[in-house]
Amino acid sequence: MQRRTFSRKYLGIPYALFLILFVVAPLIVLFYYAFTNGQGEITFGNLTGFFTDPNTLGTLFYSFGIALVTTVVCLLLAYPTAYILATSKLKAKSVILMIFIMPMWINFSLRITALKEILTWMEGNLAYHPFLNTVLGMSYDFLPFMILPIYTTISRLDGALLEASRDLGAGERETFLKVTLPLSLPGIMSGVSMVFLPAMTNYVVLDMLYNSTYIMGSLIGSYFAAYNWNGGSMIALILLGIICLFTVLTGGAQEENTRGGALL
Amino acid sequence: MIKKAWKWMVILLVLLFLYLPILVLAVYSFTDAANIGAIRGFSVHNYVTLFTTPELRDMIWGTVVLAVVSALIATVLGTLGAIGAFYSGKGMSSVITTMNQVPVVNADVVTGFSVCILLVVVFGVSKDTFIPLLAGHVTLCAPFVFLSVIPKLKQMDPSIYEAALDLGAAPFTALTRIVIPQIFPGIVSGFAMAVTLSLDDYFVATYTKPATFDTISTYVVNATKGAQTSIKTALWALSTVIFLLVVLFTVVMNIRANRDIPERKGV
Repeated sequence: MQRRTFSRKYLGIPYALFLILFVVAPLIVLFYYAFTNGQGEITFGNLTGFFTDPNTLGTLFYSFGIALVTTVVCLLLAYPTAYILATSKLKAKSVILMIFIMPMWINFSLRITALKEILTWMEGNLAYHPFLNTVLGMSYDFLPFMILPIYTTISRLDGALLEASRDLGAGERETFLKVTLPLSLPGIMSGVSMVFLPAMTNYVVLDMLYNSTYIMGSLIGSYFAAYNWNGGSMIALILLGIICLFTVLTGGAQEENTRGGALL
Repeated sequence: MIKKAWKWMVILLVLLFLYLPILVLAVYSFTDAANIGAIRGFSVHNYVTLFTTPELRDMIWGTVVLAVVSALIATVLGTLGAIGAFYSGKGMSSVITTMNQVPVVNADVVTGFSVCILLVVVFGVSKDTFIPLLAGHVTLCAPFVFLSVIPKLKQMDPSIYEAALDLGAAPFTALTRIVIPQIFPGIVSGFAMAVTLSLDDYFVATYTKPATFDTISTYVVNATKGAQTSIKTALWALSTVIFLLVVLFTVVMNIRANRDIPERKGV
């Protein structure tokens, strides 16, 4: 077996080392900073500080609200769109789907600039409707990420099930409610996780829309700007906790990963 | 009939929501107007500004070079990682897969911030070396390459590799001539994904980039807050150019995909 000194599994070593260095080590450092103060003493002050400060708590609830409303808006827009496209008998529906996905490939900051100009023209001053503008901006940014996974699940539905449902006497509405909708749940879950979490953390959208209100992500940004690594690490850790919780709750619905744009 | 019309209304409304801002901006990019709504004459001065201002040119090139370099590194690392993980024992494989999943589900803010803390604050690496920025972008992109290569490895027929070995090929030769060609579509789509992610990134770049360097995202975000009108409207032109490039790219991809199908049937 002399010539077998090369083994394919060794190829994984550089990547494993890379992940340890840039994924695991940063998390350990984050943990260390979150539970120490500026002098390097161990403290729970950052944690208790977060949960006793009305400002940070308010931000947490506000982000939840924003994320929830954005997710619902995206779902209400995306589901009918995905459903109509996936069930249509058009030959070119993959081309039409492409049109809905294309915005993913246009730099988000330029798209938000476009939206901002339009909203400024319609509303005059964006500061009058902070909540509305935030939800609009985020829905505009994240909508394709909700359409794609739902479309994929619906178009993969077994047509025989729908036929069976009709043969057994269910009407169109009943078939939809009892067959299509439950079976498209994985797509919905995947879409929800693609929208809800960014809506809690992606503060640049609301930053660009001249919004004075804060979401969870903005806290990291403000601690970063103030060189407060300890406070920032605690927020990052809390966000990480929320993300883990959410991923577990949605059953790790990240298989249909759409973040990089579905190229194939 | 009414129902059908209603369906198309929904599609049309969503499309309008997604495209109206970009299209309106595209129209206004060809005028002298500094704000949407004002009616002015035709002008290409935004495009002239876009292509002649050194600051704008540098930031566009910087973004593209960063995206290509970090996507290349991410593709090599992610592909090797996927091959390694796929052929390792169960334990090793699941450890790598779990670590790989962290940047995928994590918020970009957290990824960027944690890479910055490790490299800049703990190790004291200067942001001006571009190392934190590059490391951050590779961390962001490589997991997606990994995820797009793994399914191709699973689809592969393992006996072909064994056959190559039995026929006397060295393991390394078998790898480069048998395995790599079969997973190549996965590698390509992983690379494309990596490029897109890097081009679109804002958070990792903000936390790790040198102060004098800007990507399109960080530049645009700062510019929209600033009051420099000529730069602001030049960015409308940039938005239009990128939009047209994306449309062109999509059309070419679609034509190629349609042309490939009959060929595949022939085989």
